Amino acid sequence: MAKSDVFQIRTEEAPLLPAPISTTGIIGWMRQNLFSSISNTILTAIGIVIAYWMIAPFIQFAFIDAVWSGENREACLPEEGVHAGACWAYVKAYFPQFIYGRYPTDEIWRVNIVYILFALLLVPLAAPSAPLKKLNAILFLGIFPILAFVLLTGGHIGISFSTWVFVALLALVGVAIAGVQMFVGGRDLNGVMPVLVGFVGSAIVLGAVFLFVSVNFGLTEVETPVWGGLLVTLVIAVTGIVASLPLGIALALGRRSTMPIIKMVSIIFIEFWRGVPLITVLFMSSVMLPLFLPEGVTFDKLLRVLIGVTLFSAAYMAEVVRGGLQAIPKGQYEGAMALGLRFWPMMYLIILPQALKLVIPGIVNTFIGLFKDTTLVLIVGMFDLLGQIQSSFTDPTWSTPSTGHTGYLFAAIVFFIFCFGMSRYSIYMENRLHTGHKR
Amino acid sequence: MSNKILPLVLGAAMGAAATAAGATTLEDVKAKGHIQCGVSQGLPGFSNPDAQGNWTGLDVDVCRAMAAAVFGDASAVKYTPLSAKERFTALQSGEVDVLSRNTTWTMSRDTQLGLNFAGVNYYDGQGFMVRKDLGVTSALELSGASVCTNTGTTTELNVADYFRANNMPYEIVAFEKADEVVAAYDAGRCDVYTTDASGLYAQRLKLTNPGDHTVLAEIISKEPLGPVVRQGDDEWFNIAKWTLNAMINAEELGVTSANVDEMKSSDNPSIKRLLGVEGAFGEAIGIGNDWAYNIIKNVGNYEEAFNANVGPDTPLGISRGVNALWSNGGFLYAPPVR
Repeated sequence: MAKSDVFQIRTEEAPLLPAPISTTGIIGWMRQNLFSSISNTILTAIGIVIAYWMIAPFIQFAFIDAVWSGENREACLPEEGVHAGACWAYVKAYFPQFIYGRYPTDEIWRVNIVYILFALLLVPLAAPSAPLKKLNAILFLGIFPILAFVLLTGGHIGISFSTWVFVALLALVGVAIAGVQMFVGGRDLNGVMPVLVGFVGSAIVLGAVFLFVSVNFGLTEVETPVWGGLLVTLVIAVTGIVASLPLGIALALGRRSTMPIIKMVSIIFIEFWRGVPLITVLFMSSVMLPLFLPEGVTFDKLLRVLIGVTLFSAAYMAEVVRGGLQAIPKGQYEGAMALGLRFWPMMYLIILPQALKLVIPGIVNTFIGLFKDTTLVLIVGMFDLLGQIQSSFTDPTWSTPSTGHTGYLFAAIVFFIFCFGMSRYSIYMENRLHTGHKR
Repeated sequence: MSNKILPLVLGAAMGAAATAAGATTLEDVKAKGHIQCGVSQGLPGFSNPDAQGNWTGLDVDVCRAMAAAVFGDASAVKYTPLSAKERFTALQSGEVDVLSRNTTWTMSRDTQLGLNFAGVNYYDGQGFMVRKDLGVTSALELSGASVCTNTGTTTELNVADYFRANNMPYEIVAFEKADEVVAAYDAGRCDVYTTDASGLYAQRLKLTNPGDHTVLAEIISKEPLGPVVRQGDDEWFNIAKWTLNAMINAEELGVTSANVDEMKSSDNPSIKRLLGVEGAFGEAIGIGNDWAYNIIKNVGNYEEAFNANVGPDTPLGISRGVNALWSNGGFLYAPPVR
């Protein structure tokens, strides 16, 4: 009897068996994550019950019981003893007002153009792969606001004589300083170029802007009190966001400056604006400010709110950015200085790119806070999205038990879309820019 | 210097205009081509924006009627929504030309604030709403009831006075905002909901089953609501006063927006005077003689305004009650045009 009969030598590999069904797929995932132990199983069960309690009535209200079309409140009135569902017909009837406020219907195309331009410029600016970033930024930050201003208000602003005097003075001051530097300070033309370009250039730009907004393009004037809804929310939020970031960076640098006056001014500014609630700022700007201005001078309520909101969020932004600056090791500064970089190149090339990247979550946090704070303008008589929705509750044509809930639900959805969008974009940016910090 | 220039620049940039001082309100209004009307931030049926963004309501119609009287065009009005706190300052400072914002005519307001009430366009008063199945028919049966109301308003004080005067125990359940009060009442947290009667009708629409609730007949406070103008400008005061009177007189004389053209050839001397066919009553108050014709043609008489905004056929469903003409047992009584 040969031994070879007893031993078998396998010449080929056994086929790979799939993993046991209990560890793969949905079942495996659930076993691992939801039912891995008795206590986990109990927690899962409780979680499911809570989720059901919360989600089921919501779906019932928002979809199953909802009324999707109708002419007036009759459509949304529940039958006896039945819980009222969402009255989406009311949102449909009021939709234009929620988006444009009381902007004249014939002029709504102007708002639409602004919305479209905004999207067209913002998307390529936000997408890292899109080309022509610099041109795009100039268009978005420089040209778009002026164009939007003219489109929304109608332009044809009467620029007072004193404004032109101010612009001329600005240019003259530049020339005068340059002159003094040349003839008293003994600098040559190249040496005074920055001053000359700074003053005269800004005078020319200001003059051009004033000239542009004073031109009559034949657009009907639309006063800001009739603006409302999402339009006001976006105008305030976008202006606040765009203006507060550079201002905040400047304040943060100012607060870390070794120059005592700049440092002091920055600290006072930041602490003052952080020390008062936004609601007070808005109240002051709309009620008190007119008392301080010379008689006969009033300026637009929306503009006052814009300035208040911007300064307020700039103070918060400054502290966020300062946090980022503090996280940069001293070696980075010393290294930059050793390379012979002066202050601004050092900040622009070495410090800020690192610092800002670190505080993206904080910056976006401030942006989202600002976006939601725009709802406070209601107290100074302006109608942002939420205010517009609330004011629509008073229309007896649509007054039903569920109108209020539907309106607030709609507001929540719109705000969520914007805030969640910002949040996702910030996470995307963080992941894209992580270099050595991400775990 | 520079701190004065900045506001100037900004002011100019936003197209702000200095208000011309010294001119009378009527001259101002004629110069700018519209009436600036102070309204509420939204009170159903009285002044509320509709789905098209237009302001509608009984109070709004007063402003529209004034615009019709001055310009012959009821749409020559711009509206400023005002909170209860801002309203008088806005009128005093000239931000608005007329305040038509469910404002109660009281002695202190009339005499101490530099304001004049041009009349009453709605007699309101605090009332009670209860569930029908409670079986209550009179407010005097509300002993021991829990009462839902807004905090810190005269409403709360009126309730206290009323229940104390009638020796009835009660319990106040107060909330900051009207919506919360309605929700609490709807949820059964209290038996009674009290606020101004006009408000009760408006809030009833928000209840789950509006038909299950009824507004009791008792009114426990006097709230005559009317348009207000600045004191010291009698010309404008007259226009406000007689705009309202014209609407009431038109109802009494049976002149409506539909028949006003035929009524011009009526033989009734009162109608002739009202519509400017006879006499020069409009010129006497600084506007055209067809002032009342324009009001009625563009806005309608008081009955039309009432029925279109708050009347029985609207969701609010308020009956005329004390707001009927004096000849129908109500309070409305306008001096004659002659």
